[in-house]
Amino acid sequence: MSEAHPYIPNSAPRVMEEMLREIGIRDIEALFADIPESIRKDSTLRLPGSRSEMETGVQVSGLLSKNISTRDVISFLGGGVWPHYVPAAVDEIVSRSEFITSYTPYQPEISQGMLQSLFEYQSMVAELMEMEFANSSLYDWATALGEAARMASRVTGRNEFLVPHFMQPDRLGTLKTFCEPAGIKIVEVEGDRRTGTILQDELQRKVSSKAAGVYIENPSYLGLLEPNARRIGEIAHEKGAMFVVGVDPLSLGLFASPGELNADIAVGEGQPLGNHMNYGGPLLGLFACRGDRLLRQMPGRLIGMTTTKDGKSKAFTMVLQTREQHIRREKAVSNICTNEALCAVAAATYLALMGPRGLERLCKTILANSNYAMRELGKLNGLKVPIFDAQHFKEFAIGFDGVRLTCSDVNAALLQRGIQGGNCLHDQFPELGQSALYCVTETHTRESIDRLVEAMKAILEGQ
Amino acid sequence: MPYRQARWEEPLIIERSSEGKVGFSLPDVEAYTTGIPSELLRQRPPRLPELSETEVVRHYIRLSQENYGVDLGIYPLGSCTMKYNPKILDRVVATTKLQELHPLQDNGSVQGILRIFYELSQWLTEIVGLSKVSLQPAAGAHGEFTGAMIMRAYHKKNGDLEKRDELIVPDSAHGTNPASAAMAGFKVVVIPSGEDGCVDVRALRSSLSPRTAGLMLTNPNTLGIFEADILEIARLVHEDGGLLYYDGANLNAMLGKAKPGRMGFDIVHINIHKTFATPHGGGGPGSGPVAVTKELERFLPIPTVECAGGKYYLDFDRPDSIGKVRGYWGNSSVLVRAYAYISMMGQDGLTKVADVSVLNANYLAKKLSKIRGLELPYADKLRKHEFVLSAAKMSRETGVTAAHISKRLLDFGIHAPTVYFPLIVDEALMIEPTETVSKQDLDEAAEAFSKISTEAYSTPDIVRSAPNSTAVSRIDEARASHPKTMKLTWRSDT
Repeated sequence: MSEAHPYIPNSAPRVMEEMLREIGIRDIEALFADIPESIRKDSTLRLPGSRSEMETGVQVSGLLSKNISTRDVISFLGGGVWPHYVPAAVDEIVSRSEFITSYTPYQPEISQGMLQSLFEYQSMVAELMEMEFANSSLYDWATALGEAARMASRVTGRNEFLVPHFMQPDRLGTLKTFCEPAGIKIVEVEGDRRTGTILQDELQRKVSSKAAGVYIENPSYLGLLEPNARRIGEIAHEKGAMFVVGVDPLSLGLFASPGELNADIAVGEGQPLGNHMNYGGPLLGLFACRGDRLLRQMPGRLIGMTTTKDGKSKAFTMVLQTREQHIRREKAVSNICTNEALCAVAAATYLALMGPRGLERLCKTILANSNYAMRELGKLNGLKVPIFDAQHFKEFAIGFDGVRLTCSDVNAALLQRGIQGGNCLHDQFPELGQSALYCVTETHTRESIDRLVEAMKAILEGQ
Repeated sequence: MPYRQARWEEPLIIERSSEGKVGFSLPDVEAYTTGIPSELLRQRPPRLPELSETEVVRHYIRLSQENYGVDLGIYPLGSCTMKYNPKILDRVVATTKLQELHPLQDNGSVQGILRIFYELSQWLTEIVGLSKVSLQPAAGAHGEFTGAMIMRAYHKKNGDLEKRDELIVPDSAHGTNPASAAMAGFKVVVIPSGEDGCVDVRALRSSLSPRTAGLMLTNPNTLGIFEADILEIARLVHEDGGLLYYDGANLNAMLGKAKPGRMGFDIVHINIHKTFATPHGGGGPGSGPVAVTKELERFLPIPTVECAGGKYYLDFDRPDSIGKVRGYWGNSSVLVRAYAYISMMGQDGLTKVADVSVLNANYLAKKLSKIRGLELPYADKLRKHEFVLSAAKMSRETGVTAAHISKRLLDFGIHAPTVYFPLIVDEALMIEPTETVSKQDLDEAAEAFSKISTEAYSTPDIVRSAPNSTAVSRIDEARASHPKTMKLTWRSDT
């Protein structure tokens, strides 16, 4: 306790003495005298000894350098977190210490910067989704879906939630965890084996007057656009269920928005909007809805635009807080408090840089690259590319049964050639046989795709 | 201490838009020509702003200047632990070796990050005195939900869930506690605090029943007082077959001093963004790992991070697990910062954190309680990391309320305390200085409070009309939330 610590100014011995004198106690231990001795004993932390800043930097960077990132190899992994380019300007904005070292904007007058940024984020997400309202973030797509199902159940007073068979596994898992204590039953609707789309007959059969919501992912987990999305929404609405649409927001530069599909609730993953993959977190849960009835049941912080009391300037503040835990406690619509605000600022900056033209161009670039990959891989004998006969966006499934190889064999062989293949689908969807989900974005060059095709060719030829 | 925040009167970014501009460039590729069925296409382009990069950057940099953060000054929001975030933490995560890692990469290519996860998990279990941790929850409340689900799974496994449907929460608890308990399907039973601001053991005893699933508690509690009866409380809850949940929001003062596991807690969540110095980002991302006893390990979310033969891996084969609580494995860039922080601080540094956070709180409490109109309820008790003042006397005598004081503090460049919480103190001002402020900061804060008190008793309108040094003056909250005037997007506005 003799030396001052760089982050603890009052650890300087003379300062500390002065403060103790002021309080009227002899030593710091006296401040802990109210903790029972049986708890105090054995409170020593068996941790490594302290390190200097320099040593810490070297140590942590050294550990991280053992990772092989998607920049070190060519990677075709996607499936819920995707490699996209993050403009330097986005990283710069979210490194601003005024943003990064602030708390939830409980004091709006001194937090206008964060509040206006989040209001703009809400506006841009609402524009992109063509929904009436968007909140200022949830943790990720998976938890946003869990919240959506619970919200649909609260609003309709019903307890079944219908989901597509070909669904992303973490989202399905999280949905189940969120729904179980609320007594909401998850009902799976089969997909068409040829097109991968939802079987309408089966949906008709399964959606009943107990259905709180019908959920689709568009593009789906397996990368394809749902051609019957509007009809699925109609079926849900005919039965009085909410229509919930999950999206990759980048696809909305070109493809139909949840609003156009008549969704009541829209969710999605905001990571592609200027957020790095970071090994899967933090992510950014998008959440939007329409209509006052749903708004009052919406989870998460909401920022509103108003004016100062003197009416002279516009101003921003958190609104409808009576939905939230700190006011409503056990009757709150959700327990969420800390969210992903900084990731939302990244998304706002990203969307402002892109604009409608940039976003459309990005979509077309992704389509061009992914279709090029599908076309070239499809030329290889025995490979089924894509498995489904449908319009794909940036991901597609490849079937290996025709070449009598397992997905993990293919991936191991690819890895030897400096390529991370797509993630294997067989465990979750045995009916697809040996198969993998490939992701191609604007970060992939023609050369990198050609290298994949050459490597795949060599592997298929047993080289 | 003059303070003046930037006041840019920055328009909405959509108002700066002009057609044809773009702030982003892409490599040239051959256009995609295959016809896409029109029913799949969007009918109208999204109405996003059209701006150059320069304009976008200026807009958001200006907005950042209208935002107050820890790097600008003292931020004594009670229960939020707004400590300084060492800059090295931001630097170590700004690498493609983390940022460009995909969560589904094969184990062999992510040994570095998995080792960090593994060691961090071990350190956290050591700090809280429990057996195993899950790093997955994205925030404190998410950790609470995860913990409550673990409680649920435990009682279910014992065939008890049908009858054990009540979670007990003190009236002084953070709002997330009852909300998380309800979300996990429990009925919330609120028990009143005793005369000393702590859990009333008699009230607890009468609330315990065969229906009790457990008790959620924070210790030190939200008054900053250590629950001295904690061992008795734990014994009673356990004897009744319940589990004890520790809300880690107030862990800062306990580092190296007392472990929640030793206090008898079975499940603990840790607010990484509070105790372990990771920046709060204006509301997030945070991280809320959950630690449990040996007995409850089997219920942790999938996957867990394991090590065998020097190789680190994710273990999905956990049949009793509560399942997934989110996508993937955790808020990695937050967790790596915490790893760097703990590694740098070590046992000595962390104990010093607890020492000085408590010293600072008691020092400031003593100074502020002498100020006219302010009172420190439960004055004979020691405080830990935070304390709660009551401005009830000032409010009665001058009409200046806790809310007014909090707004006036902003004019001095001091972020307001948490106000009107906990609910058991009238006109509450909840103050947590943290260990990272200097004595000079504390003296200046005390001086600001003193000046506000003088103003309250002489020229109260100055206090009631504050703030005036911030980017905007007092906000029309009624207009913000009124159904007729509420604006949640610019869609209906421009």
